[in-house]
Amino acid sequence: MREDYEVIIGLEVHAELATHTKIYCNCTTEFGSDPNTHCCPICTGMPGTLPVLNEKVVEYAVKAGLATNCEIARFSKQDRKNYFYPDLPKAYQISQYDLPLCKDGHMDVTVEGKQGNYKKRIGITRIHIEEDAAKLIHDAYTGDTLVDMNRCAVPLIEIVSEPDMRSAEEAVAYMQTLKSILEYLEVSDCKMQEGSLRCDVNLSVRKKGETKFGTRTETKNLNSFRAIYNLIEFEANRQIEELEKGGVIYQETRRFDDVKGIGYAMRSKEDANDYRYFPEPDLAPIVLSEEYIADIQNHLPEMPHIKKERYVQMYELPEYDAEQLTNSKKIANFFEETITHWNNPKAIANWIMGDIFRKLNEAEIEIDACPIKPKDMAKLVELLDKGVISSKIAKQVFEEMFESGKSPEKIVEEKGLVQISDESAIKEIVTKVVENNPQSVVDYKAGKDRALGFLVGQVMKETKGKANPKMVNEMLLEILNQS
Amino acid sequence: MSVSKEEVKYIARLSKLYLTEEELEKNTHDLSSIIDFANELSSICVDNVKPTAHILDIQNVFRKDEVEPSYEREKILQNAPTKDAGCITVPKVVE
Repeated sequence: MREDYEVIIGLEVHAELATHTKIYCNCTTEFGSDPNTHCCPICTGMPGTLPVLNEKVVEYAVKAGLATNCEIARFSKQDRKNYFYPDLPKAYQISQYDLPLCKDGHMDVTVEGKQGNYKKRIGITRIHIEEDAAKLIHDAYTGDTLVDMNRCAVPLIEIVSEPDMRSAEEAVAYMQTLKSILEYLEVSDCKMQEGSLRCDVNLSVRKKGETKFGTRTETKNLNSFRAIYNLIEFEANRQIEELEKGGVIYQETRRFDDVKGIGYAMRSKEDANDYRYFPEPDLAPIVLSEEYIADIQNHLPEMPHIKKERYVQMYELPEYDAEQLTNSKKIANFFEETITHWNNPKAIANWIMGDIFRKLNEAEIEIDACPIKPKDMAKLVELLDKGVISSKIAKQVFEEMFESGKSPEKIVEEKGLVQISDESAIKEIVTKVVENNPQSVVDYKAGKDRALGFLVGQVMKETKGKANPKMVNEMLLEILNQS
Repeated sequence: MSVSKEEVKYIARLSKLYLTEEELEKNTHDLSSIIDFANELSSICVDNVKPTAHILDIQNVFRKDEVEPSYEREKILQNAPTKDAGCITVPKVVE
């Protein structure tokens, strides 16, 4: 991006709440069932039905508000947002307009900037409750659109940020922090690939030093951190290029194709955003007492930044490690369970942050779907710490564990991977390697240290990596130095 | 007229209604008299009146978060004019 421009970003994040039932009826919110099997007259908008608010929706929204330093409304109401689209059987969405449950909050986030990490406070304008819409499936053969109403009226909170972010890195940091807070609160499962956490990006650009905001565009429904990052880079550059050409930016709704890496405008003229909000006559106002709010405040779980401090203190982990492990509650849980089986926090932290993160990324899954369970992860580190397997073999066993979900002991046994620590067996191979490589011996004596590494490598090759490297080193040095 | 033809066209479009010139004329006239009638309320002073959130004096009507069986899919779909693969079908909506 050009240095003489500044990009202004605000995010609207939708999180599906982890309630058992929908927001206004007793249908289940379970994901992934056959279409239209979680529906009743209320959530399909039949005339004459009466919605009744799920008490957990209020509780979860208040939790999210308190955890993000919001002011909680003592008096709040719900409103109808009218628009005509097949994903909305009632032709209106019940949302909140002028009296949201939470407002005026903030979050402190750590941004991984290009010149190092820094902290930034991002304002939260409001958090309100609303209902999700139906899923539309486009049938390429018939050209029709299929409507699945299972998702209709699944409860959502919408978290609206202030336009405080100035780069893709800041937006991603905000989104990561928000996701981790919602996970810690257990108010949403935050599965981005299932759409239970998704984000709309409002973005404009202006010349540095300019105080007026430029015209903004809104890109809808981004469901991965990568997509958010890529969209911001794309859209900021697009707007700058347009302005540099002497063009204008239209206030429009856009979509982003992350596979192709391009954004495009949706039909903007036709879907005029005139929602004609009015108070929902079928639902009573929400009035919260001081006791109710205090009770939720007193029962908030340990938040990520507190847990992070504890990891540094209790397990003597570096700040960076503690941060990586506590970003997600699921990862923190995995770590905490693993160390109950084998107490080597630093080694276990390294495996999680290195190999496990890499494999999860490759497989595009979250840690709760990881084929390796904490108990087996602990066992692998134990086998390594006790010298039963070498670190090279451990990597190989790890890969196998991830593929098959088998326990490390079983893999080591089946494949005969136990480290060779038998002195005479190693001595035999070391002697053979020294005899077969006279030139390396000469090189070593001439002071070329690299020759030693070569000889170690040859021994490892002979033993398929199973020789205890420490013993190999010692024996080689012994032979080389005496001959 | 307190409502213009343009406004009526706009409201019709939001409601996915397509009016003939004659209907537009009639609706502009009718809607104007309705608005004029409702506007009489504006003459009342409401300075000390709290905005109404609900017409009844009730608050905090909640239900427990407990799952109950949903309807049979056949029942849910029985009023749909067209359906396929367990879904209601509608004309294609996205470009």
